[in-house]
Amino acid sequence: MRLHNKVQLFSVINSHLISYPTPMNLNYSWNWGSLAGLMLASQLVTGILLAMHYVGHVDYAFASVQHIMTDVPSGIILRYAHANGASLFFIVVYVHILRGFYYGSGAQPRELVWITGVVILLVMIITAFIGYVLPWGQMSFWGATVITSLATAIPVVGKHIMYWLWGGFSVDNPTLNRFYSFHYTLPFVLAGLSVFHIAALHQYGSTNPLGVNAQSSTLAFGSYFGPKDMLGVLFLALFFSILVFFYPDLLGHPDNLIPANPYSTPQHIVPEWYFVWVYAILRSIPNKAMGVVAIALVFASLFALPFIRMGGGKFFIFTEKLFGAFLADVLLLSWLGGKEITPVTSFMGLCCTAFLFIYLLGILPLIGYFETTVQSSNKKY
Amino acid sequence: MALRRVVATLMPKIAQPVAETLAPVANHAATCYSQLLAGPLDFAERPQQPVGGSFRSFAADAVTAVKEEETKLTPTNRLSMSPTPYIKYDEHHHKRFPPGTEGRPIAYFVQTGGRFLYASAARLAVLKIVLSLSAAADTMAISSLEVDLSGVEEGSTITVKWRGKPVFIRHRTDAEIQESAEVALSELRDQQKDVDRAINPKYLVVVGICTHLGCVPIGGAGNYNGWFCPCHGSHYDISGRIREGPAPYNLEVPEYKFIDEKKIIIG
Repeated sequence: MRLHNKVQLFSVINSHLISYPTPMNLNYSWNWGSLAGLMLASQLVTGILLAMHYVGHVDYAFASVQHIMTDVPSGIILRYAHANGASLFFIVVYVHILRGFYYGSGAQPRELVWITGVVILLVMIITAFIGYVLPWGQMSFWGATVITSLATAIPVVGKHIMYWLWGGFSVDNPTLNRFYSFHYTLPFVLAGLSVFHIAALHQYGSTNPLGVNAQSSTLAFGSYFGPKDMLGVLFLALFFSILVFFYPDLLGHPDNLIPANPYSTPQHIVPEWYFVWVYAILRSIPNKAMGVVAIALVFASLFALPFIRMGGGKFFIFTEKLFGAFLADVLLLSWLGGKEITPVTSFMGLCCTAFLFIYLLGILPLIGYFETTVQSSNKKY
Repeated sequence: MALRRVVATLMPKIAQPVAETLAPVANHAATCYSQLLAGPLDFAERPQQPVGGSFRSFAADAVTAVKEEETKLTPTNRLSMSPTPYIKYDEHHHKRFPPGTEGRPIAYFVQTGGRFLYASAARLAVLKIVLSLSAAADTMAISSLEVDLSGVEEGSTITVKWRGKPVFIRHRTDAEIQESAEVALSELRDQQKDVDRAINPKYLVVVGICTHLGCVPIGGAGNYNGWFCPCHGSHYDISGRIREGPAPYNLEVPEYKFIDEKKIIIG
């Protein structure tokens, strides 16, 4: 008997990675999932290597990062690969999610794929946020202070929860230590979640750009989409290398090269670019508690999306156009998140947030009724 | 452009002998496949044991127009051709290779070139990762230590920290130097002459770690006017040589040199 049929481990690898039937019409929008897995692996490797030299104490953290940049062999590559790797991880995952929106990938019967995906996004956001605190620069410290202070939005017990989160009365050494611990642990949780995500996908197989049943036209994954994914990896690696070796500080904030000073807040606190859309939503609502509720509501709607009927698929003409509007809205939100708060930007932020909710909770569920469809997307396959 | 033409003309010439040896295999495969395409498609009519093993039922070749009457497809087989068996793919801007000139040699050479690049990229990644674990620049900076000996009085010993280890530096008296020189080599477990153990006999520089199991010997102790290790009772003489006790080797003499009359660099 062939080895990959006889040995359980190989037969698992064979059935999921090599002979796995994949719809033959997948386009390059389907590459982003495997690229996300690659970025996770890259972050894990660079992160573990960085942890050998980083010191998680407020008096030494900043200096240890400089030590990594100047003294450790290839330390500068490790640090920039890890920092820019986080940015790339988010780029890849955002495009992956946009694919899900456009093609309606989370629709029945793949609800679990979508839901595990949203959980992965949440864990990624948390991991990236606490990771950014570790270099203990001005942005690290004040970003941590501002965002953890959101806990005060909880009535009655908010302040005490915040002190409990901080391990003290402000962001200080206990906070840094627990952030370091979580930052090391959560990526492994992410890895497990990713396996779960893929397992949920493999239950029914991938969707395809046409949105029709493709089980009669499939190809073995290993011979065709394996190399296609490799090509995607090559292009991503090229972009990654250009970023790390030529423009390593492009996506960073110069204020984070100033050691953290608890007595002096920088003029313009802005989170890393991948969080600015959330930041914009938060700031667009004048009430603090309501801002937090708004963010929670965004994620709740994301979780609920497969059950309130996701539209999508190339034959859905109106859905296509409105997807463009949704994309523009998210980009606008991101741009607004980096701007100072003025009456104009505030109003724009409010409009964009409102449209976001209208899109997620109103348009997506109802659009199906307005389209002349070839097949109802509600069918169980 | 010219390069492409050169390569395209040379490739067949180089690939010819290789192709000739592999021809029988390729022919066999082609025969089986053509039998599958042209032969009866009904399962019942096909030869029970397919020649040469199983093949994918997807056509790797072009799909051509099939007229209703000409097709030998059963309804089920027709259904499996997605989306319809009557499709002929529009290839007006494709130029198909004539059979036998598919350009596999060029493709394989390009792939091989790429694989060399992947191999070198993998080697680079492994090297960078593994080497990132070696000593950092600050550790290397303190791996050399400059010691000013002018403060060391005759007959006294100082201990300095070098690479995390204690180093004994003794400004020896003439009597001690004489005593060390007079010891017969046959008496020593680890035979070394005193002159070989010190660049300037006036100063003895030895690593203060017992060669038995690593304790730090006590100075001015022991039966030989040198050092005594309290852990297991090793006695070292005033040249740092083992004389009694379980230690196998003399105290290690680190690499050092005199940069001045009274200054040395260790390491």
